[in-house]
Order: sequence, then structure tokens, then C-alpha cells
Amino acid sequence: MSTLFIIILVGLITGIAIAIISRSFGVEANPLEEEVKALLPGANCGGCGFPGCAGYAKALVDKSARPGACAAQKPEDMKKMAALLGASVDTREPKVAVVMCSGDDHHATRQAQYNGINNCRDAMIVAAGAKTCTFGCLGLGACARACPFGAIEITPYHLATVHKDLCRGCGKCVQTCPKKLIRLVPKSAVIHVHCSNPLKGPVKFKACKAACIGCGKCVKAAPENMRIDGGIALAQINYGNPPPEELASVCPTHALRK
Amino acid sequence: MASYLSLIIGCILVNNFVLTQILGICPFLGVSKSTKTALGMGGAVIFVMTIAGFFTSCIHHFLLKPHGVTYLSTIVFILAIAGIVQIVEILMQKFSQSLYQALGIFLPLITTNCAVLGAAILCQQKDYGLVKSTVFCAASAVGFALALLLFSSIRERMELSRPPLCLKGLPLTLITAGLLAMAFMGFSGLGN
Repeated sequence: MSTLFIIILVGLITGIAIAIISRSFGVEANPLEEEVKALLPGANCGGCGFPGCAGYAKALVDKSARPGACAAQKPEDMKKMAALLGASVDTREPKVAVVMCSGDDHHATRQAQYNGINNCRDAMIVAAGAKTCTFGCLGLGACARACPFGAIEITPYHLATVHKDLCRGCGKCVQTCPKKLIRLVPKSAVIHVHCSNPLKGPVKFKACKAACIGCGKCVKAAPENMRIDGGIALAQINYGNPPPEELASVCPTHALRK
Repeated sequence: MASYLSLIIGCILVNNFVLTQILGICPFLGVSKSTKTALGMGGAVIFVMTIAGFFTSCIHHFLLKPHGVTYLSTIVFILAIAGIVQIVEILMQKFSQSLYQALGIFLPLITTNCAVLGAAILCQQKDYGLVKSTVFCAASAVGFALALLLFSSIRERMELSRPPLCLKGLPLTLITAGLLAMAFMGFSGLGN
């Protein structure tokens, strides 16, 4: 009997003590923090460098962070948040992720059949994946699973594609891709070089019919928008001054496309 | 006075909680990656263990022993320690924000630290008085903090070395912990 009594007594005293102390000494959470948190996307992607959206909201209220570090936040929400905090917003060009590869099953050849775990990182361990081009998209969807906004789709022909309207540019997929194929680019750029293979033109064309073979046609057509860095047969877009959509028609392999 | 001195030295060096009695291994391996966090954890453990030692000793002497139910110690002490940590956390957040920030996540983590419960139960088994229990727990906590600090500085140095690949990480950490424990065995006999 006394056993039961003692346990109940100790529990009751501890409970009542905690209740009283938290009532009289407890520190209320800042209501502003909650409001700021509601305006953040809530994906907890960690792109801002703080532990989740709650951590960023806390830092914002403490003034140890500035609005604008969240890449995934909608511009109108950011304006609302800045008004709430009484701070100015740094306007910046919104960015989207682009998978720099065109090598789906129609274009890229395979060096082997892969029957392993359905994840890019696992496939990467086995001879750098099944495709002949070791710089190409494995199409097993590690990026699609990492995307907090569901913006990446794996086509039936095993190529990851980003839906521009859904992508918020948080950069989660960039870290996930074992081939480092995904880049964050300004949203205003309409066409991109969908190839990341730095090898010689004929070598990559053998492995993938959609490779950028470094022919230089685009550079000739628009020298201020495009460039080819010495020795590497891969056209680069000058994202400070992106080329118009029409330039895509000059590319013989259609690596330069939307 | 001399008996207290030998008790303190005994707790810190001879019967070191982590390295001799193998208590509180989880934080010893978990938060020993950098000296800074090790210091934070060590400070929090000293703080909580001293308070918990005093209160559990009170419970033992004024509640459990008079009623002859000392076998309840484990469950009652767990209850009391969890409650104490909660109360300490609330009070600290109110009165000392800086200390609260410094200890951070380590304070609630200590609730589940077996070293705290172990110290309380050892005191009870040896039937120490109130003062002696508090001193014993505080000294044990200092021993814990010392082991954590030593180990974290060793691990920081090891980060720079290039061990064989198969030993890298946890295996090497465990081997190092074993070597450190063997070094502490050299203190046995000091307190007698």
C-alpha cells in the first residue's frame, strides 16, 4: 500500500511543482515567431542554413538573420514577412533548378543492365551507373524524392526533368544528385545546354545522341550569350545575359533546348 | 575533511564514472566530437547531477528509508530526476538566458543520462548522508566532465590523422576510449 502511495506522492509533487513553476516562471514563445513561421514555406529544406523553418523564423525575429535567405519563399510572402519584421527585402532574381542532361533512353546508350537498388546513389557505386555516358542522368529519381515541392519528374524514359512552375529554387536536388547534374539558374533564362559531359565531341556523341558536341554553332550565332571555354567541348550559357529562345534551333543535337 | 578529499579524488580519478564504471557512455561517445560541445555537456552534467544528488538523497532518507521501500529507488529517482531537469530548465530560461543558451539541447538530454541515475543509486546503496551524497555526485560529475573533455580533445586531434580506412570513425573512437580507460586504471589504489 505504501509503495503505491509513495510513487503517487512523488509523481504528484513533481507534477504540481512543474505546473506551478511553469505557470509563474515560464517564458512565453514570441507570437511574432509563429506569424513569421506561417509565412515561410514550411518544407524545412534547410537551404537558408538554419535548422528548419522554425529555426529561421527564430533567427529572423532575433534580427540575427535577414529576410531573403529563404530561396523557396514566394515573393509576396517575403514582402509580407518583411513588413511584419519592419525590414527591407533584398530583391533578387528567382532561381530554378535545371537538370543538365538530355540523355534519356531514346538518346543515350547503355553499357550495362542495372538491376540494383532503385536509387541514383546506389547505382553510382556500381561502375558509375548503367549509361555509357558516365556524366549522364541515371534517372532513378534521387532528386525527385529529395524535392520538398514535388517539382521533379522522372520521365518514362529515365530522365529527370524539373517543372519550372513548381520549382522554388531551394537547391535540395543540387546536393542530392551524385552526378552533380542539377544547377540553379536564373528563372528568366529560357534555354539551357542540357549536357554535362566535358569529354571530346565524337566520344560523347557515340554514347549519347543528345550530347553537346562542342561544334560552336551557338557561339557563332550569339557570341555575347554563349561561350566555349578553351579545350572543353561543352557550350556554356552566359547566365548574366541569357540567349533568346530562337537560338535553340541552331543546335544540331538539340542539347541546347528549353 | 580528509575523508571528503579522498572521496572527491576517488570519484574523479579512481572510480571515474565513464572510464572505470562504464556509465554514461552514450553522451561520452555522442557529444565528444568537439571540445566546445564537450564543455557544454560537462557543465550541464555537473549542474544537474549535483542538484539531483541532493534531492534524491532527500527522497531516500526522508521517504524511502523510513517506509522501508528502498527497492522503489530506481523508479522514484527517475521520476524525480526528470522532474528536476524540467524545473531547472524552466527556471534557467527565465533567469539566465545566457546559461540556457550555452547548455542548449544538452540540458534535456541529461534526463536520460544513466550517469545521473547511477550516481543517485550508488549513494543510496552506500547509504551516504545528505552532504556526502551531494559531494559524491558533484565529484562524479566533475570526473565525467574531465573524461569527456580529455576524450573530445583526443578526437579533435584524431580528425587530422589518417588512420586505416577500416578503422576510421567509430571503430577508432571505441579503441581510443578503451585505451583511455586503461590509462585511468593506473589511478586505482590512489584513494586507499
